[in-house]
Amino acid sequence: MIIDINFIGLIIASIMASAVPLILASCGELITERSGVLNLGVEGMMIIGAISGFALMTVTGSLIIAIFGAMLAGVLISTIFAFLTQTLITNHVATGLALTIFGIGISAMIGKNFVGIPGKEFPVLFENLKDTIPLIGPILFGHSIVFYFAFALPFMTNYFLKKTKIGLIVRAVGDSPVSASNQGIKVRLVRYLCILYGGAMSGLAGAYLSMIYTPQWIENMTGGRGWIALALVVFSTWNPIKILIGAMIFGGLTIIQFHMQAIGVRIPVQFLTALPYIVTIIVLVVISRDSRKIRLSTPSSLGKSFHKDN
Amino acid sequence: MHKIFIRSFVSSLVLLFTLTVAAIAKDVKAAFVYIGPTGDHGWTYQHDVGRKAVEAAGFKTTYVEGVPESADAERVLRQLANSGHDIIFTTSFGYMNPTNKVAKEFPNVKFEHATGYKREHANVSTYAARFYEGRTILGTIAGTMTKSNVIGYVASFPIPEVIRGINSFTLAAQKVNPNIKTKIVWAFTWYDPGKEAEAAKALIDQGADVIAQHTDSTAIVQMAEKAGVYAFGQASDMDKFAPKAVLTSVENNWGPYYVDRVKAVANGTWNQKDTWHGIGDGMVVISDLDSQMPADLRSKVKKLQADLASGKVHSFTGPIYDQKGNLMVAEGKTADDGMLAGMMTYVKGVEGDIPK
Repeated sequence: MIIDINFIGLIIASIMASAVPLILASCGELITERSGVLNLGVEGMMIIGAISGFALMTVTGSLIIAIFGAMLAGVLISTIFAFLTQTLITNHVATGLALTIFGIGISAMIGKNFVGIPGKEFPVLFENLKDTIPLIGPILFGHSIVFYFAFALPFMTNYFLKKTKIGLIVRAVGDSPVSASNQGIKVRLVRYLCILYGGAMSGLAGAYLSMIYTPQWIENMTGGRGWIALALVVFSTWNPIKILIGAMIFGGLTIIQFHMQAIGVRIPVQFLTALPYIVTIIVLVVISRDSRKIRLSTPSSLGKSFHKDN
Repeated sequence: MHKIFIRSFVSSLVLLFTLTVAAIAKDVKAAFVYIGPTGDHGWTYQHDVGRKAVEAAGFKTTYVEGVPESADAERVLRQLANSGHDIIFTTSFGYMNPTNKVAKEFPNVKFEHATGYKREHANVSTYAARFYEGRTILGTIAGTMTKSNVIGYVASFPIPEVIRGINSFTLAAQKVNPNIKTKIVWAFTWYDPGKEAEAAKALIDQGADVIAQHTDSTAIVQMAEKAGVYAFGQASDMDKFAPKAVLTSVENNWGPYYVDRVKAVANGTWNQKDTWHGIGDGMVVISDLDSQMPADLRSKVKKLQADLASGKVHSFTGPIYDQKGNLMVAEGKTADDGMLAGMMTYVKGVEGDIPK
């Protein structure tokens, strides 16, 4: 095998590309959960985003409409969840699961007419700079705008939660909705907005899959990535920077195990394919051992319904 | 008067004919049980194309998609048999036992099980396609077109069907180019576009310039298109997904068989049989050959296709050795169907071990 520096650059670039949908969906869900809402519908919102993006791209021919349309579709489907859990005070877990089942079903129904249609090429930025710097070039340049956005998102999310007043409000609502409400914060409104934001990010993650990563529509194409995104939020102990690390480890091991197979490393393939799941959890658990910090960042009233009369 | 007579005679003939067709259409109802969604653009999609051919032939059809290979399959089959279907196609290997079990309870309903080998009752037939013949053609093309002599192969699960495909592909590639290496990556999925694309990317990054696949999505040919290497379509013609990368596709063509069998039920000529059709019977179809292939290669492939169809050439003709150098098929002999059906060893020249 040829191990040259550009080869390593190429591998890192493909690892980053595979981490994008996980980062987007996880960072969205993180905001939702920090406001105290547990939305298990990430997979459903992602798949709705995937079909909406692909369908709009095929019908309108506009990538911009398709990307924003996919986010809007994520917002719309999460509105159902928000209405049920916040206005009708239903159980978060049950409603989230229903949302996933609903999303998979309805995307398959809409998608019937879009099977077997090739996608459009999505423009990449700084393609000409790709070969100018060895190793760094393929990592930094020649990616879609969504890619760059995804890698900025954990840092923006971190800043938002820690340094801004609105971030503080979101955390307050997630930790103690009763106290927040007593302070005059509209708890339900904040939670509504956080749910819709989570929907938009999941929608974008889905659109990345169906429009940029593997431009096509097939049923169930998210392949459980929504569930992995959910797990990343929990194992990162609600820390956006650790989400980034977790997503990179997960994406990295998925790709490296393929390389190990192709090189002919004699490790059972079943073990290699299980590796990303095992190692990601172990690493995140190890780097998040500090129980004081976990207590600080865990939204204390996660998944608990808030009723005005409380 | 004479004219009117002829006209009414002709129109009544037409009417009679229409009524007969309608009567057939009314009489025979066919049902299809699918493992995946019809929207997978792969295995199930192609079976559904076959079902539509049955509809087009004037018969009523029903299908149930996403049926797990468990007790659920039995329930679905029983329900279909109870609701007046005359022939039921079960289109995945794992339906083998449920099909035979339910067939015993409904002796008047015909059952057709794809890719299986159990025919425990007189009303159960089995059918499968010799996809390995298509892979002989792909191997010939890959061995000729590669410049790096490294060919990538994205595999799904270690079952005889997949191993047979890898062997047939490698044998054909070695025949035209003894220096080639087939690198195999197991994705452990039939379709997950993201994973398949990542597997293909890993092979391309390691120097493979032709990629073959035994998974169902179009992600691999798209990745090949992006990276500027060659690839082959799987199950359906994937040329429009990657016009530069796709050299040809091996298509699963179930339609003619399905129409044939449903008609046999309508005519009362249905009998139990085990069908294993290949290129010759049109169950395996090779799509148009890409013009990027040199003219002499194209004519060579066309000839190979004709020879495979006529039986003059067999994909597994001896001498064939396994990885350790043991003789599998002696010189001048061809592998029999029993050996092909249970093939679980790599031939010489394939790298790595079969996952256990």
